[in-house]
Parts: sequence; structure tokens; C-alpha cells
Amino acid sequence: MSRLGDYPLSYLAADGTRADHILPLMYYLLSVAIIVCVIIAALLWVGVRRHRDTGLAPDIREVAVIRGVPAVSWIGWGVGISSVPILVGLVWTMVALGSTYGPPRDPALTLDVTGHQWWWEVRYDSPDPSQQFLTANEIHIPVGEPVLVRLHGGDVIHSFWVPKLTGKTDTIPGQVNIAWMQADHPGRYRGQCTEYCGFQHAHMAFEVVAEPRADFDRWRAAQLAPAPAPTTPAEQRGRALIEYRCGLCHQVRGTLAAAITAPDLTHLASRRMLAAGTLLNNPGNLSGWIENPQQVKPEALMPNQFLSAAELSDARAYLETLK
Amino acid sequence: MTADVASPKIGISGAEHEAKLHELWETEPGLKGLLGTVDHKEIGIRYLVTAFTFLIVGGIEALIMRLQLAGPNLSVLTPREYNEMFSTHGMTMMFLYSLPVLSGFSNYLWPLLLGSRDMAFPRLNALSYWIYLASGIFLYAGVLTGNAPNDGWFNYVPYAERLYNPGMNEDFYALGLVFLGISTTVGAANFIVTAFRTRAPGMSINRMPLMIWGTLTANVANLLVIPAVSLAFFLLWLDRNLGTHFYMPPDGGQPLLWQHLFWIFGHPWVYAIVLPAMGIVSDGLPVFCRRPLVGYALVAFGTVSTMVLGFGVWVHHMFATGLPGLSMSFFSGASLLIILPSAISVFAWIATIWHGRPVWRTPFLFFSSMIFLFVVGGVSGFMTASVPVDWQLTDTYFVVAHIHYVLLGINVFPVIGGIYFWFPKMTGRMLDERLGKLNFWTMFVGFNLAFLPMHLTGLLGMPRRIYTYGPYAGWGTLNLITSIGAFLLAFGFLLFIINVVKSLRHGELAGPNPWDANTLEWATPSPPPPYNFAVIPTVTSRYPLWEGRIGESGIVSTLDRGMLLAEGKQTIGTTGVDSVPDIVLKMSQDSLAPVSLAAGLSVLFVGLLLKSLAVFTIGGLIVLAALIAWMWPSFELRERAV
Repeated sequence: MSRLGDYPLSYLAADGTRADHILPLMYYLLSVAIIVCVIIAALLWVGVRRHRDTGLAPDIREVAVIRGVPAVSWIGWGVGISSVPILVGLVWTMVALGSTYGPPRDPALTLDVTGHQWWWEVRYDSPDPSQQFLTANEIHIPVGEPVLVRLHGGDVIHSFWVPKLTGKTDTIPGQVNIAWMQADHPGRYRGQCTEYCGFQHAHMAFEVVAEPRADFDRWRAAQLAPAPAPTTPAEQRGRALIEYRCGLCHQVRGTLAAAITAPDLTHLASRRMLAAGTLLNNPGNLSGWIENPQQVKPEALMPNQFLSAAELSDARAYLETLK
Repeated sequence: MTADVASPKIGISGAEHEAKLHELWETEPGLKGLLGTVDHKEIGIRYLVTAFTFLIVGGIEALIMRLQLAGPNLSVLTPREYNEMFSTHGMTMMFLYSLPVLSGFSNYLWPLLLGSRDMAFPRLNALSYWIYLASGIFLYAGVLTGNAPNDGWFNYVPYAERLYNPGMNEDFYALGLVFLGISTTVGAANFIVTAFRTRAPGMSINRMPLMIWGTLTANVANLLVIPAVSLAFFLLWLDRNLGTHFYMPPDGGQPLLWQHLFWIFGHPWVYAIVLPAMGIVSDGLPVFCRRPLVGYALVAFGTVSTMVLGFGVWVHHMFATGLPGLSMSFFSGASLLIILPSAISVFAWIATIWHGRPVWRTPFLFFSSMIFLFVVGGVSGFMTASVPVDWQLTDTYFVVAHIHYVLLGINVFPVIGGIYFWFPKMTGRMLDERLGKLNFWTMFVGFNLAFLPMHLTGLLGMPRRIYTYGPYAGWGTLNLITSIGAFLLAFGFLLFIINVVKSLRHGELAGPNPWDANTLEWATPSPPPPYNFAVIPTVTSRYPLWEGRIGESGIVSTLDRGMLLAEGKQTIGTTGVDSVPDIVLKMSQDSLAPVSLAAGLSVLFVGLLLKSLAVFTIGGLIVLAALIAWMWPSFELRERAV
């Protein structure tokens, strides 16, 4: 089982408090389910084969109809025995619901996550406005501390799910839903949209990076900074191009690109993945994605760019500085 | 005053009497008969053939999807095509196959099971078929013109709204389902009245076959919940076309309103498409076990109580929508407890097999294997009923496996077993037994190969409704196995079709009762004459054809002597609970009104689709004319003395 639990979206294993609470109950229900299937299959198999003499009778009309022994007690015993694991499951469900439903009282961190077709907007909240910032598709959290996630619907309904850390909660336009998570160990945990949301529902993933407090604080400080100024001529041309071409939808803080209808790119190069968990963030994939997103994610809202090779090279040079 | 007040003549049948009945009940040959027949057997077979056609279409859609999903990052389908494919597959199987096929069985069998000559409202019966056919064509006209539904059968808003979903796809779907809802509603009313008013004298409510219990319960539910879904789709159509904001949050609308309206319908619907099939098993299985079903009364009680509880579980489709924990806990509890009434049937069937003398004919294989498939589908449902666990399970392939065990296991397997069982009655010929066994084993192995590993695919986190997946998540091998199983299942189904086609011509002649079964339909010739019963039988036990062999005491049923009712197209009306005869029902003749009404409604719905007042008005006028023709007072049908 542990190997099956190792797959990135498998929930046969857990690495976070909220998912931990659910795991024993899930294994209990799964065991009951398997045992019931085995018992019923055995009863049926034996029941059918007990009467081999009649089973193969050439003409059913030759097998006399019988009144049969009264057997209603089967129903009594069957339903009676079945009700025991069901009632245990019922009580356990209520207990587990009590311990996983509510948000933590003193969250170390509060996030506003908005589901969009087909990417995740993440806003780090803070009582101090200068400490708030926007990012996308990669969520960093301090390990061992409870994180409150407020979920918003950007367009249609999506669902926020990090199998190893927390079960699903929908992001529904017009209402704010609450989820929370607390990672037990440092690591990268994959998340995925699980409410059908249109063409690229398949490619609407994200990553949660749980890291020790010190690392998290460093990451946070880095994210708060605006984009560094370009240094080489290629980077300068790249920035101009990004402001002019990409700034209609994207934001790079500290530049003229200031729209927020698409993922914030201020620290794009610090993220491991591109296009909502679809591609590894390396120079080749970055160029391919910019130039031809419709091949990677057909019908995604980002149009193909038709940049010249030189333009593409400049844009990439600049984006790679956005650490 | 006195002309109409006369007891029906009692007697035994004879050649002259049967010839007279034949003349009264026979459907005219030719186009008029084709379009105007109200014979429940004809309508039942049309339902079955149409529903199986949709099953084949929906199955082909499934196979195309299985090609796309057979390995990571395949590109058999574009995302647009895939989304339309899975939505059309869901629409077809849920709405155009699963209930209609059961309506087909019920239409064909009910009057025969009940010892009657037709359904209570024969023209309404014809109407419900024609509207089913017309709405099916309407929905598939959308599919064929590139306007297939693309938001799943559940059709969540706001994705279904015009802002996110331009094009006519969702207009076709919304209007098509409102249209189909009319068919389901009139059909439900007809079944309910038929069950309570046309049972043979003496067939008190505790002697009804369990298939009647199942279908009756399902149709009471339909009558209550279809309005919810029709309303939901109509509001969506208004949102999309007239600028209302029922579901659009920026304007004060509520996306969750859709989910409530849809699942208030949707969950009872799931029971509506399995309870009649469970009834098929409850009636069919004992015939092959050569003994009466164990616990008839408990099974009937379980059927009704499943449905009653079934009205209180819809929120388990919405555990991830952020509803308050307290309200979810109620629905969670109800969803866990609903297992108990279902368990009654399971243990009744197993006890019947255990203490019977099973004969391993093809219908028995389908019926008994259904018990296992039902349990697998049931226990996975048990897991999803627990709120916190469902937060992990929901919207993964675990639920896809669950729904297919429920719908194929409790609907398709009993349905095909039912065809093997009743095919001799419908056609006079047996289906081939050897091919039947091969058919069963291929389907059974294929089905389990496809869907048992799918539970694990779900536990490994594969989300539903994704058009492709990467190689990183460990789903590749499992999906390949599922695709292979799906094709094996389809091959098994192909064997079934081959068997039907072959046996229609060359099958062994069946005779009236080839299985030595116990209910009234087997007392008629195969296939039954248009009037079903030459004399109305009088029933004094649950198993009229097994009397004297299962140790029942008292008066026996009379099948060869009874009310002749040959003065017109007549059958007997009886009281609701005790089935005491209290009225001679004068049945309507074949009529073109139902098909005209369905045609008028089709034009009317096309008018709504095109937002064309002219087309809408023409449709409305045809509807009006058809209704006037239908309702025109008829001297023949008067039920009181003048």
C-alpha cells in the first residue's frame, strides 16, 4: 500500500493533519467494503453450486417447484449484522467530520485562492497591506503550521484538492468557501482541480511546497520584492516586449505589465512548473509555451504569440531573471 | 338509465369469442396502425428497441473515450470532442437508455402481469413513447449538428451559462430534457393509475409481482422529482436566452441553486432506474431457483423505504460545496442508512438461491451475478456516504467505478437477463442458450475487468472528466486494463445482439410457459394476442401458476373462466388495495392524437430553440388541435349512464 500511496495524487497515504484524520476512517470503510464483497461472493458461489444436480437440468420444467424452507431469518441476520459496521461508520464519520471540518482557530497563514479557467490565483493575506502579494499555481506554506485557505470562484466552479494534505472543497463564484491544511513534512505536494470546468480541466494543477519556517520566510520576502531590473540589452528588450505583449493579461510587479486576469509573472522563474502544473519550467518548455500554448493546452485562454526567434529569445532572457 | 347497468358476462373462452376480441383489439395494419397504435405490447417493444439503440450509441461513445484514455497523453480526441463525448454518453445512458428501457419492460409486461388488457391510459402510453422518441431525436439533432451537450449530464452552472458556453449546445440539452420530462411524467401517471386500478380481481396489493412494486415506487418518485429538473433546465434556458440571472452570481444568482434542484431530482432518479430492475430480479430469480422468493413482504417494504429515504440523500453529491457541517451530517447519516433497506433485497435473493434449486440458465446467470455487482456498487456507495472520506473520493475515478457498478450492475445486467427471460414471451422463440452463456461470461468478465481496477485508479487520485493525463501519476496501466475490459464488455454485448437477431428467425419455439414460471403473463400464448387474456383471470395467490405445488391452501385462481368483456374494447377496473372489480373500463381505440401531439410539441420546442415566434406558434396550434381531437367527447368511452 505504501508504494501505491507514493503516487502524487494518491490518497492512500497522507502527509498532512487534515488528510491524516480521514485516512483511518477511509481504510476502515475500505476494509468493510472488501470484506462484505468477499462474503457475499462466497455465499453466492456456494449457494449456486450447492445444487449441481439441478443446475444443469436439460429442461427447467423437469425441476419440480418446491415451497422451500422458510428463510426470512436470512434477512434478519443479514440486515442485523450489516447494521453494525454501518453504525460504527456513522459514528466515526461524525467524529472525523468534527475534527476536520472547522478551520483552525489561529492559522499561521491565510491564503485567498481563486480558481480560474485553467489556473490558480493565490493571494497571500496579511493584516499589513505591504505584506500581501499575488502569485499563481505554486503555494508555499510553513511546515507543521495550520494554513487557512479561503476559496473564491473566478469564473465557473472549480475544486481545490491536495490529496496528501486536504480533501476537496469547491471554489464557487458568489461565495467564499473555507478549507485548511497543515503539512507534517517538508515536500512538494501536487494539487488538482477536480470539478469539471471546461476544456482544460485536465491541466489545472498546482503544487503546494511545504518548507521549514526559515525557508518559507525567505521565500516570502523574495516574493514580496518587485521584479529585478533587466541588466543586459536582451533582457531590456524582453521586458519591453513583455510589457507590450503580455501586460494586457499578466502582471510583472515593478513594470508596466499590470493586468491580473492571468497568472502573475513577477517571480515566474522561481516556480517549478509552468501552465498550471502542466510543464516543467525550463527554457525549452517556456519558449514552447509562450509561442504555442494552444498546442500544449488546446482552447486555453492564452493565444499563440507568433514571436520571431529573436523576440522569443529576448522574452525568455527577461523571464528567466524573474527569480 | 338501465342500458349501461349490467354485470359483465362470465364464461369460458372459445374460438368465436377470441375472434371477436381479436377484431376489437387488433391494431390496423399500415401507416395508421404504425402511428396510431395504443397496444401496450407494441409500445413496449418500441421502447425496448429505441432504448437499446441508444445503449449501442452510448456504448460506442464510451469505447471512443476508452481509446483516448488507454494511455497517457493520447490524442484520439481533442478536449472539445472529449467533453462533448462524455457529456453525450452520460445524457444517453442516464436519460435515453436507463429509464426508457425499464419503461419498455413495464409497458410490455404490466397488463400481462396484472391480468389486464392494456394500460389504464392507452393513448397516454403512446404519447409517452412518441415524446421519448421525439426528444431523443431532438437531443441527437444537437449532437449531429455539432451542438452536443458539453457540461456533463449533471450540467453544472455557471459553466452551462451563455457567458462561458456560447453556442447552442446547452440550449439543445436544456430544452431536450424539459421535453423528455413530459414523457416521463405522463408515463409515471399512467403506471401509477394502472397499478392501482387495473389489477385482476383478487390481485390484492400484497399479491402484486415485485416488478410492479419496483416500477410503481420508481414512478411515484418520478412524478415528484421530474418537476425539479424540468424547472432547473427551464431556468437555465431563461438565463441563457432571456437574460434572467437565476444562476449567475454577479447578478445575485446562485450556482448552488442548480445543484440542489438537479440532485433533488438526480438522486431519486438513480433509484428510479434501479428499483424496477431489482423488481425484475425479484420476480425472475425465484423462477430459476424453483421456489418462491424469500421475504416478499420485506422486499416490497425495502423497495418503498429505499425510495422514501432516497429523497433525503441528495446532498451527498454536494459534500465539497462548502455546506454547513451539521446539515451535511444528516445527509451523510441518511446515505449510510439507506444501505439497510437495499440489504433486505440482497439477503432475500441469496436466501432464495441457497434454499432453492437453482437451474443455471442464462437469465439466472445475469440475475444472480447482478447480486454481486449490486453489492460492489453498494459498498463503494457506503464509502462515499461518509462526508470526510468523500472529500477524497468525490470526483475521482472511484466514483466513476461506483456509478458504473450501480448502473450496469443493477440496470444493464438485469435488463439483459430480463430479455433472455421474456424474449420467448415477446416473440414466441427462445434465445440461444449456448450463445447466451458465452454472452454472459464475456460481459461479466469484461465488465469487471473494466471497472474493478477503476476503483484503484480513483484511489490513486485520477480526477473524473479529464480528457488526458500525464505519465507521472501511475494511472497508465490501470487505464489500459479498463479499456481492454470495455472492449470485451462491448464484444459480449455484440454477442447478445447476434443472439437476438439469430433467434428471432431460428430460435426454438417457446410455447406459453417455457420456464414453468409463476406469474400471469405465462398463462397467455407466446406471443400474446392483442387482447392478452380472453377472459379476465381471478387471482387468489401471489403465484397463480404455481398453485397446488407450493403448499398454498384455500381457493385457487381461475384463469380459464371469468369476465368475457367482449361488448367493446373493455377491461376491468378494480379497487386500489383489495382489487375488487368495480367498473368496466372502456379502452380507447387506436388514435393519431398522441403522435400528432408529440409532433406539435417537437415543432414547439424547435421554435423555442430557434427563438422563432412563428415556429413556436405553429407548434402551439398543432398541439392545440391534437389536444382537441384527443379530448373530443366520445360516446363509446362514456363511463356513466346518460
